[in-house]
Amino acid sequence: GKNEYDLLVIGGGSGGLACAKEAAQFGRKVAVLDYVEPSPQGTKWGLGGTCVNVGCIPKKLMHQAALLGSALKDAQHYGWNIAQPVHHSWSVMAEGVQNYVKSLNWGHRVQLQDKKVKYFNMKGSFSGPHTVRGLTKAGKETIVTAENIVIATGGRPKYPTHIAGALEYGITSDDLFWLKESPGKTSLLNGLFLYVSLESAGFLTGIGLDTTVMMRSIPLRGFDQQMASLVTEHMESYGTKFLKRCFPIKVEKLESNRLQVTWKNTDLGTEETDSFDTVMWAVGRAPDTETLNLETVGVKTNSETGKIIVDASEATSVPHIYAVGDITEGRPELTPTAIAAGKLLAQRLFGKSSELMDYDNVPTTVFTPLEYGCVGLSEEVAVQCFGSDNIEVYHAYYKPLEFTVAERDATQCYIKMVCLRERGQRILGLHFIGPNAGEVIQGFALGIKCGATYPQLMKTIGIHPTCAEEITKLHITKRSGLDATVTGC
Amino acid sequence: QEAAKYEKKVMVLDFVSPTPLGNSWGLGGTCVNVGCIPKKLMHQAALLGQALQDSRKFGWQFTEEVKHNWMTMTESVQNYIGSLNWGYRVALREKSVTYENAYGEFVGPHTVKATNKRGGEKLYTAEKFLIATGERPRYLGIPGDKEYCISSDDLFSLPYCPGKTLVVGASYVALECAGFLAGLGLDVTVMVRSILLRGFDQDIANKIGEYMEEHGINFIREFVPIKVDGKIVNMSSFLYTSNTRLSLKAKGPNSCKIIHNSSLDSRTLESFFLVNSNCRTGKIPVNDEEQTNVPYIYAVGDILQDKLELTPVAIQAGRLLVQRLYAGATSKCDYVNVPTTVFTPLEYGACGYSEETAVEKFGEENIEVYHSHFWPLEWTVPSRDNNKCYAKIICNIPDNERVIGFHVLGPNAGEITQGFAAAIKCGMTKEQLDNTVGIHPVCAE
Repeated sequence: GKNEYDLLVIGGGSGGLACAKEAAQFGRKVAVLDYVEPSPQGTKWGLGGTCVNVGCIPKKLMHQAALLGSALKDAQHYGWNIAQPVHHSWSVMAEGVQNYVKSLNWGHRVQLQDKKVKYFNMKGSFSGPHTVRGLTKAGKETIVTAENIVIATGGRPKYPTHIAGALEYGITSDDLFWLKESPGKTSLLNGLFLYVSLESAGFLTGIGLDTTVMMRSIPLRGFDQQMASLVTEHMESYGTKFLKRCFPIKVEKLESNRLQVTWKNTDLGTEETDSFDTVMWAVGRAPDTETLNLETVGVKTNSETGKIIVDASEATSVPHIYAVGDITEGRPELTPTAIAAGKLLAQRLFGKSSELMDYDNVPTTVFTPLEYGCVGLSEEVAVQCFGSDNIEVYHAYYKPLEFTVAERDATQCYIKMVCLRERGQRILGLHFIGPNAGEVIQGFALGIKCGATYPQLMKTIGIHPTCAEEITKLHITKRSGLDATVTGC
Repeated sequence: QEAAKYEKKVMVLDFVSPTPLGNSWGLGGTCVNVGCIPKKLMHQAALLGQALQDSRKFGWQFTEEVKHNWMTMTESVQNYIGSLNWGYRVALREKSVTYENAYGEFVGPHTVKATNKRGGEKLYTAEKFLIATGERPRYLGIPGDKEYCISSDDLFSLPYCPGKTLVVGASYVALECAGFLAGLGLDVTVMVRSILLRGFDQDIANKIGEYMEEHGINFIREFVPIKVDGKIVNMSSFLYTSNTRLSLKAKGPNSCKIIHNSSLDSRTLESFFLVNSNCRTGKIPVNDEEQTNVPYIYAVGDILQDKLELTPVAIQAGRLLVQRLYAGATSKCDYVNVPTTVFTPLEYGACGYSEETAVEKFGEENIEVYHSHFWPLEWTVPSRDNNKCYAKIICNIPDNERVIGFHVLGPNAGEITQGFAAAIKCGMTKEQLDNTVGIHPVCAE
């Protein structure tokens, strides 16, 4: 028979919702299935996906709470008289954040309704090439058929299940933002995906909690390593503790209800322990494909990562089944790319477009206490691709004006631009550490999309006084060996 | 500093004529002493006041009663400025640039007379000269203006809290000062003769004014002050002949700030017998290589006619000039698409055409304006305005929908605008803008 829907989207997150709403604009019959399997600790949330509920949004809000803590300290230098002591209440913050997130859940539901997209709060799995079985929490089943299907189920944090006590006693980012009470003295145990642990550790430290980050190897793998160390250096001076080249062995619960973590220090070859109120795992995310029944329809996944393999048009190995967002292999795990890919997909399916998603030069920002924004190539990748003789690295250590009166340490405020030495000195990568890094980088990402060169940047007049203007003033190269500290007004 | 790099023998004469109230400052010029730097720091103080309020919603707990101490802030700001003055002196010394704290006047071809604070005079000759004396605030010329009123030259080092303040003027200087004074808790009124932020996009200018009004700043529109005495300011309507009079009574010191189109120090002007200057404005016209009508005399900065009064423009023009003179370079200063930011309570960053000038130049049918209100994520939890922040881009349809104007009204407007200015320099089109992935979650996206 005829399929009930033109488009069925499995997963109501950034990519899924964008795709569904765009398709509906073309007058198509669209349905969205969204379901949140509770975390091992029992946390769950509403429509909107990772970004809205347990990602970008609550993360940035809690980061803001921490920044405001610094602002309180700065304010005193600027003449504001605030009686000590100053305290932070986790529950006031969490309530504020959670209420806002809930308003977004609601907003998404209203939008779907307005755009006449049918929404099912059900867990979807394939039972045939065009057929998906939806299951509610209570176990009620609904069968949905669609001409085209988009899988956008995203991912969930991994647990290191081989470590005793990891699952029973540890939490992840899925739980952190929904805790009703302060996590207290927290240890963040991480492996590869450090931006989550650094950002979390950063804001926990900022709101006054005793926080330790344990890492086995290098921070922010995949990011420019010089920038990554500056970021962690800053965090250390900010008060976050780091246990480097250590890995956890077990987590046990003490009589006091605190958690005892035992770890191996690979430098010293010894085993150490300490007790914490909270242990949070940040060891990476796994794609949410297990319960989809992909084998039934033959959608191929990457054997190592488990992610769905797609081509440049977001198509899977099955012609009418597509995938967008964190679930797809080889794509950045970012909200804006998922949204853009989802929209373009809908435009190709139902509009007359043939435009493919461009994943090049996607800018990102790590919201650590001192933020790091970047676009393009890291220095090491540029060297790898072009050879160090063919690239020029301009850099500068600068001091944000606002830090001066506040007597804040700007040691790690740093900018680096990687350019080709020839071909007009095209800019390959731009890296910025400082306040409001995301705001700074966005426009430059646009410039890089336009093929910006070093001379063009130098012709751009700076806005004074800002941090961003320092980018237009970069002139000291690493090659020269000269002191890259910005002096003067 | 740039000329010294090419091993030229360089001298700098710098002198600050005291304000009517006797205020003066060190080496560095307007930006460092009575402009960008102290302005941004005091703006920051005001923003921190707002941050304190926001922080409560983010869980921070402290006493309800929070007061601002003007002296603490001003002292910190002046200390920092002092360090910059010192830094410049050291930098000049290290680069072997001779510096004299003396007032320079031309007395003949290639000859300048330098008069120091004590009246001592010296003559200096040079092959080339650069005039970069900038400007000073203009007074209205009404009774009481010099005795009772201050200007931006005095505000940043005022040894007492300005208290209940009337700001006369509607330039960016007036609005920025009014903005931060109100943010520090003071009762502020702005007296505006006609429009706000002349020369800027008027749609945005009005939004800025609206925001300020909604946040406690009083505006008196279409009035000019006609007399100031110790406690009362008399005003009369500018447009109506019926002489409606209004009196403002104030308790305690009443700071009347005069912010107006800047003007040159008239003494210096008289001695420029060789150099043409615009009779009406007093500014110096130059060609596109910053050369005056006298071949060996150049000029940069605020003193130039028809050029933007901005620090980075002055710096860029100065550097490029020297590179052309001594290093064989040919690059001229590019005055097109210079980005700026107005640091009002709701900051405004702009680059390129305003909507009205775009319509004027290209015709309404040839431009497309894309716009959006946005709610910064950081404003959600503290329930701050959700419909005030605004962004618009103006595109030239026939030219590939090239972006010819960029405007953003919201927090960190300067940081946001800088990169877009670079992109505009690269000729970005709407399509390229659409193809750029956003950074999430930030305002710039």
